[in-house]
Amino acid sequence: MPGSATANGFLLVLAVILPFAGVLVSLALGGRNAERVALIVMPAGLAIALAIVVAVWRTGNALQYFVGNWKPPLGVAFRADGLSAVMILTSALLICGIGLFARAQFSTPLVFWTLLLAVWGALNGVFIGGDLFNLYVALELLTFAAVPLVSLDGRAETLAAALRYLLFALLGSILYLLGAALLYGAYGTLDIVLLSARIHAQPVAWAAISLMTVGLLAKAALYPFHLWLPPAHAGAPAPASALLSGLVVKAPFFLVVRLWFDVMPGMPERATAQILGVLGAAAIIFGSVVALRQARLKLLIAYSTVAQIGYLFLMFPLAVRPEGGYPWSTAAWTGGILQAISHAFAKAAMFMAAGLIAEALGHDRIAGLSGIGRALPITVLAFGLSGLSLMGLPPSGGFVAKAMLLTGAVAEGQWWWALVVLVGGLLAGGYVFLVLARALGDPIEPLRLSAQVSRRRQAVVMAVALCAILLGFAPLRPSDFLQIGRPDTGIVGLR
Amino acid sequence: MNAATLYGLCSAVLVGLGLYGLIMHPEPLRKILAFNLIGGGVFLLFGVVARRGAAAGFGGDPVPQALVITGLVVAFASTALALALLVRLSSEPGRANLPSEGSGEEPMGGGPL
Repeated sequence: MPGSATANGFLLVLAVILPFAGVLVSLALGGRNAERVALIVMPAGLAIALAIVVAVWRTGNALQYFVGNWKPPLGVAFRADGLSAVMILTSALLICGIGLFARAQFSTPLVFWTLLLAVWGALNGVFIGGDLFNLYVALELLTFAAVPLVSLDGRAETLAAALRYLLFALLGSILYLLGAALLYGAYGTLDIVLLSARIHAQPVAWAAISLMTVGLLAKAALYPFHLWLPPAHAGAPAPASALLSGLVVKAPFFLVVRLWFDVMPGMPERATAQILGVLGAAAIIFGSVVALRQARLKLLIAYSTVAQIGYLFLMFPLAVRPEGGYPWSTAAWTGGILQAISHAFAKAAMFMAAGLIAEALGHDRIAGLSGIGRALPITVLAFGLSGLSLMGLPPSGGFVAKAMLLTGAVAEGQWWWALVVLVGGLLAGGYVFLVLARALGDPIEPLRLSAQVSRRRQAVVMAVALCAILLGFAPLRPSDFLQIGRPDTGIVGLR
Repeated sequence: MNAATLYGLCSAVLVGLGLYGLIMHPEPLRKILAFNLIGGGVFLLFGVVARRGAAAGFGGDPVPQALVITGLVVAFASTALALALLVRLSSEPGRANLPSEGSGEEPMGGGPL
């Protein structure tokens, strides 16, 4: 049974309500006030995220809250285990960074700031949702907030990119909903904890999980569903790109983790999980090679996102039915989660750095970057540091994540994934150096900046990149905190 | 064959037709309509599930009906958003035709930032 509500459960409700309250207040006040409202909501939201992490840490148990005190299967549960708490904190930190970066950038501030807060609320909803239908609603809210961010400037190209993104996302969510309907029909509940006790390997469960997984992959832009991502992420304004690439694509990935390891802990076979691994490997190779051939900085970074999403899905073949212990006690599982977090910081910093470079130069052609290293040293350094994490060089979060995936691949005797990780790292090194070599080179004629870039914004980019580096000091072993709230024993069908 | 099976098959047909339309038709408006067709199929499936009384075994399970109402609102909102984008896109100057498969992507760069 789902247990009882915990003392600090109200924090979870606050984490969702606060950003949406901010949206409503912004809409009511209108205009420039939206920015002020967001700047008040951001520290408060960060405080709530920290409080959730501390509460999970102190009690060593998942936080739980039942809306209206109605317990599942009739009511809706909010739950935050160690994994949710870490993701909530990551998004709070990153949204504060993006908000500080975006101050005074937009001519239509109301739209950007309300969408930023709406994305935040929807992300928190995804991270704490304990009910598959509730998660569907949160995922749709996230899509509705993320799609307009792509076309903030209203040009035809970005409108087309937004429409394409929306169509992929709608296909994804309707497949997810179809799977949820099948699960409810078969087991009579959508609560994750109740469902995990009732579900067992039979055709309807497989059909439902397959539909939901494919739908989520379309939203996460895993190869071959990546078509929408490069034009959307490269066409958006820099802070919006950082938000989309850093956080929004992580939400569907988080739900795939929930589905595979929480909803049906004992069900997936290794052979099934290999499919996700193959798609991830294809994404890494394809995304990195295409990134190498880009002429524009933002498109290069967007294709790099396609590649880095691939790493997230390498954790499935390595963590499903491990040789010893539970999936979440393997190095690969922790590595996959760390990759999601470190990529969030690194990619957001990279997109913001690219935004500053494009602002200063008036263009983002890689061939024309010569001399920018001297004009914007802090920004280019931040770009390099986040590149370090994408390549997987120490000390960086990307290194720890990829080292754990490698360890997992060796420990599970699936050496081919280790090969993919290493080749992907080499290719990432290639496209990062391609940019840095240009940026640090001497210009043929003196560089003329078309706009001045404030030190404050450069410092914000640097701070976000440093977060990705600091994650490199995480210990190279399965984290105890991430395992909080995961069942130790008594899982049906698991060993 | 009882009524629940018949409606279940209908919903499968609707989802199949919608999927075909969403993947095969290049025009965005048809894709949006196809998405609504899939939505209709899924909501019908929820109706079938409710009729079978999956949760408690009684005649009509109210939970799927509540889910359908929420789902309808979400589907309506997404259709509205997609149509708004489409209207805006078709009124953009310098763009005679709507994006077809592959035209929104710029694989080798090019095009403004």
